[in-house]
Amino acid sequence: MIITREKPLQEILGFLQPYKKVLVVGCDGCVQPPRSLRESERMASLIELARSSSGNPIQISATTVSRQCCAEGLQNQLKVEGYEALLSMACGVGVQVMNSVFPSLPTFPAQNTLFIGYETKREGEMFENCRACGECMLGETGGICPVARCAKGLMNGPCGGCVEGKCEVPVEIRNWKGEVVQTLKNDCAWYLIYQRLKELNRLDLFRKLRLPKNWGIAGYPRRL
Amino acid sequence: MKKAFSNLMKAISEGKFVYTGELEPHRSIDLSEVESWARTLKEAGIVAANVTDNPRSDSAISSMVASYLIQRNTGLETIYQLRTADRNRLALLSDVLGGAALGLRNILALTGDHTRIGTTPSSKPVFDLDSTGLIALIHKLVYEGKDLDGNELKGPRPEINVGAAANPNMDPLEIEILKLERKAEAGADFFQTQVVFDVEVARRFLREIEHIKVPTLVGIFPPRSYGQAEFFDKYVPGVRVPKEFMEAFARFRTIEDKQKRSEKINEYNVEYFSNFIREVKKERACAGIHIMAVGYPEVIKPLMESVK
Repeated sequence: MIITREKPLQEILGFLQPYKKVLVVGCDGCVQPPRSLRESERMASLIELARSSSGNPIQISATTVSRQCCAEGLQNQLKVEGYEALLSMACGVGVQVMNSVFPSLPTFPAQNTLFIGYETKREGEMFENCRACGECMLGETGGICPVARCAKGLMNGPCGGCVEGKCEVPVEIRNWKGEVVQTLKNDCAWYLIYQRLKELNRLDLFRKLRLPKNWGIAGYPRRL
Repeated sequence: MKKAFSNLMKAISEGKFVYTGELEPHRSIDLSEVESWARTLKEAGIVAANVTDNPRSDSAISSMVASYLIQRNTGLETIYQLRTADRNRLALLSDVLGGAALGLRNILALTGDHTRIGTTPSSKPVFDLDSTGLIALIHKLVYEGKDLDGNELKGPRPEINVGAAANPNMDPLEIEILKLERKAEAGADFFQTQVVFDVEVARRFLREIEHIKVPTLVGIFPPRSYGQAEFFDKYVPGVRVPKEFMEAFARFRTIEDKQKRSEKINEYNVEYFSNFIREVKKERACAGIHIMAVGYPEVIKPLMESVK
């Protein structure tokens, strides 16, 4: 189970400020409280109202998909032609999958992800890309999370250990006995962020000074 | 307006072309060897020397303690290197205040290598702040008397100049330029660069950062052996050692007499790097040279004399 809390409207308006045609995408999957079509439509109306009253009107629509964390499903279900940006109602995983499936558009988060519960079944390789740190910064990092995907969790990377886009920390894949069976080099999250923001012509977001995060929100063990 | 508290920053703000050095204390409580290097650097005219903080995440004596003892016992001003890899914002604040109370006037704010690649890979890395966050913390303490959460200091504010690392070898260079603009905005007083061998790499970099208006010391590393030069060429991220440099060192390797070999290497280093220094000195953004001749202090004096 994934628990999210809506971001303050001002923060969302800040993300969408330069864009005129936006699609709000809900998620029918495991996000709680529900962030599906009804919630997406409500979000779209709020944004529309705020933008028209500030003299910067927006064309905004709402839709939903069954699970934003499934790349194949997104490709089949979602039509994004004609939009300049997407606003995701899902958790941090959904935002990142949307960004990778629709690379021509930026996807911004409408939620702070607070908690990701576990499952006991594992069917294939899993990639961790959201730490549910409660202060989602995906809107500033081209939809790539430095908290979960940078070995140091840096706010102002890449660090000096990034060489040819790869991280200085090797990833060791272990078998059930704990023996190392493969050593890989991870992509540097901040190198990916730089490339993504350059592609979106938003290096202003890369350049931004980010002060240390509020880790007080992410203290563990957590209970909700 | 930014203030100059340290001898290093005072010299830079007076328009002097400055030289800094680098001292690497060991995993030991004995600082006598490092102090003897420090004396050599001081005699050569080095204005201040960096005291490393667990480089490559190899554990060693506390850089704050070493910085203080070296400065007290030799009279050479130190640049206390401080990594965020091992300390959260509480510990960093304690160390910055502690260092300032001991009379340390320069801090080089570093993120540090990941703990996984050093001597204690089983340790828990911290990275609560990164180097830019640490610069912001120090700047706020010095100019507002507050920490990042707005808690006020009691009594006088620390008098510290904060430096930041820069990497002219970064590819693409645009990433580094954007990062340095950000570090300048956070409050960096000076930059010291990663090692550069190729004068063209240094010149291009200095021109690209001219608009940032932070005095920059270009890092050089005169190697004392073929092995050291090869290490940089092969293993240090982005550092390329020019072919003729590697070829010269390969020739020196064949000289059997140890003393003659050292003499040849010293001569070559002095000639190569004095030409390098003369060239980069012409660039406006260049405020000086950071000589990282760790364990090779004897090359510094002849090098500095040849560019006078």
